Amino acid sequence: MINKEAGWTEIISPVNSYWNMKLGELFRYRDLIFLFVKRDFSAVYKQTILGPLWLFIQPIFTTLIFFFVFTKIAKIPTGGIDPILFYLAGITLWNYFSDCFVKTSNTFVANAGIYGKVYFPRLVIPISIVISNLIKLGVQLIVFAVVFIYKINFEGLSFSFHSTLFFLPVLILIMAILGLGLGIVFSALTTKYRDFSFLLAFGIQLLMYATPIIYPLSYTSGQLNKWISLNPLTPLIENFKFALFGIGHFDYVGLLYAACISVIILFVGIIFFNRVEKNFMDTV
Amino acid sequence: MQVLKVENVYKQYELGQVSTGTMAHDFNRWLHKIRGKEDPYLKITEKNTRDENGGTNFVWALDDISFEVNQGDVVGIIGSNGAGKSTLLKILSKVTSPTKGNIKIKGRIASLLEVGTGFHPDLSGRENIFLNGAILGMTKKEIQAKFDEIVVFSGVDKYIDTPVKRYSSGMYVRLAFSVAAHLEPEILIVDEVLAVGDAEFQKKCLGKMKEVSQQGRTVIFVSHNLVAVKSLCTKGIVMDQGKLVFSGSADEAVENYMNANASKVQPSTVFSSPDDAVGNEFIKIKSVSVQPEKLFITDAIQLDFSFWNYTDELKFNVAFDVIDVFGEVVFGSGHEFTSINNVGSASCLIPSNLMNDGIYSIHVYVHTAGMRKLCDFMDIVSFEVCDKERNHGYYGKINGAVRPKLTWKEG
Repeated sequence: MINKEAGWTEIISPVNSYWNMKLGELFRYRDLIFLFVKRDFSAVYKQTILGPLWLFIQPIFTTLIFFFVFTKIAKIPTGGIDPILFYLAGITLWNYFSDCFVKTSNTFVANAGIYGKVYFPRLVIPISIVISNLIKLGVQLIVFAVVFIYKINFEGLSFSFHSTLFFLPVLILIMAILGLGLGIVFSALTTKYRDFSFLLAFGIQLLMYATPIIYPLSYTSGQLNKWISLNPLTPLIENFKFALFGIGHFDYVGLLYAACISVIILFVGIIFFNRVEKNFMDTV
Repeated sequence: MQVLKVENVYKQYELGQVSTGTMAHDFNRWLHKIRGKEDPYLKITEKNTRDENGGTNFVWALDDISFEVNQGDVVGIIGSNGAGKSTLLKILSKVTSPTKGNIKIKGRIASLLEVGTGFHPDLSGRENIFLNGAILGMTKKEIQAKFDEIVVFSGVDKYIDTPVKRYSSGMYVRLAFSVAAHLEPEILIVDEVLAVGDAEFQKKCLGKMKEVSQQGRTVIFVSHNLVAVKSLCTKGIVMDQGKLVFSGSADEAVENYMNANASKVQPSTVFSSPDDAVGNEFIKIKSVSVQPEKLFITDAIQLDFSFWNYTDELKFNVAFDVIDVFGEVVFGSGHEFTSINNVGSASCLIPSNLMNDGIYSIHVYVHTAGMRKLCDFMDIVSFEVCDKERNHGYYGKINGAVRPKLTWKEG
């Protein structure tokens, strides 16, 4: 957008071009992204007694509840995987996705105070949310690893190494892209019509049941299996479990499918987001 | 050299609640857009007047604004509430975008619509300096380089590792302002909200603006504090109801704004015959006037009253109250006249250096000598007392209903 002739360095105009994603500007503000991440971490556990222990408590207790409800009472099989590990893996990954999605989905509404007073690339905030949740995920994966190692050493669980374990970062990255993409689409929608935040609040619960978190994909069959396979989260969760537990197969096609869908959603999301950010202060 | 060029900028606002109605508008807009037509709501948008309702929900908050700013200018944007100053400021700060028109900028632009944006109460002063600096557009490196300077300027070095929620409000504002003051943009946009607060802070804030402009950088200052504009700015822009009505030197702009406002006050009311005059069966007003028409705090004010008398009384008590814009009586005064026949007249002199600056109206009463009320008239005339330019120190409004000039001695 540099008008070289007259030496103008910036032009403020009513609309951006669809293809100007302003990623360069975002890069210039990278320090701000990390400062927001730091802020989220140092501020969130202030004035709590247990502090960062809350990071561990939440997945562990949810796992125990799931174990009692779904394994002990409902007797839903976990496809040959130790139920505790099955749920812990599912919950940890699902939490990451849903935190990315839900927390970025109210970016405009929650940050209207800052956005209304000063300009910086608006995407800085959703991206910082995804990154700080990534750190949280890292900590929770340590919990998972500790339980996993305990089970191997003391309960005789067998573990065989698969090269697909190297795909873990890719799976998490795709999940982050999908969560961010959906989140910013919703953040653009909720700005004017808050109806979408109500939709999201129960939609995210329904989405969990449409993702193989509390049951293995192999437990479903026929039409249902097809629909659940369409969910881009399904191959991510299934592949994650394969990489760790070695049961089933690694679905490369599904992975590619999830990656494509996620990138498209993110792309659409950024375009949408950049459209809305220009005038959202008038309607928020 | 031009550093900022505003070209035919318009800003439309849709009033009222967001509801199914606005969704229908959005849908209609979209229909027009895909057929390649202009937004249908731009045509029915009206002038931005708060007291008249033209029946549509669309108003122009900015209506064809164009101006240019050269490097090193200190531009004051003045106008009454609702003139569009804040909207213009928001567009220049990129918080919202224009509906039509372009703004061209040369160099880095920073806006201070508020100090301490993004301050987190649980974080320490140190952490907040970095966070706030980055929000305002500085890189970590730049902040690090200026960190010590910022801390010294704020004067809170002792508490720099304490969460800012433990700060006194004064310390908080000082730290926040200190970060903002160390920004080095080519163009600085300052909202007058910064200039409220305690006198010391205001002095610091306005002093910093002066310093910035002396370094050859450009400042845009939005205010309705005419004294500050006159004292600090080199150029002035006057806005009214979303339109740019004047652009020129700061002194001329203030003059223009005052004249425009003076037309809103009514310093004299004259009735040529009793038939048209306001009044009742006892008393009818012939004329009431305030002189001079253009008033400064250093002027004496003469009030003249005359009225037609339809009673048999000869003795009257004529009195008035001076009412400020909030409807409060500033003071009242009255006098008894003993020989009034068909037409009575009276005058009163309010001494110079008594009234504070502001807009006032006069409430007139006529009583009999026995204090039986014959009539009273609200808002019969109104006038504005203007402040004088000040050279240094505090530029804000002096507190109080009146502003008498008192004798001070040293020692």
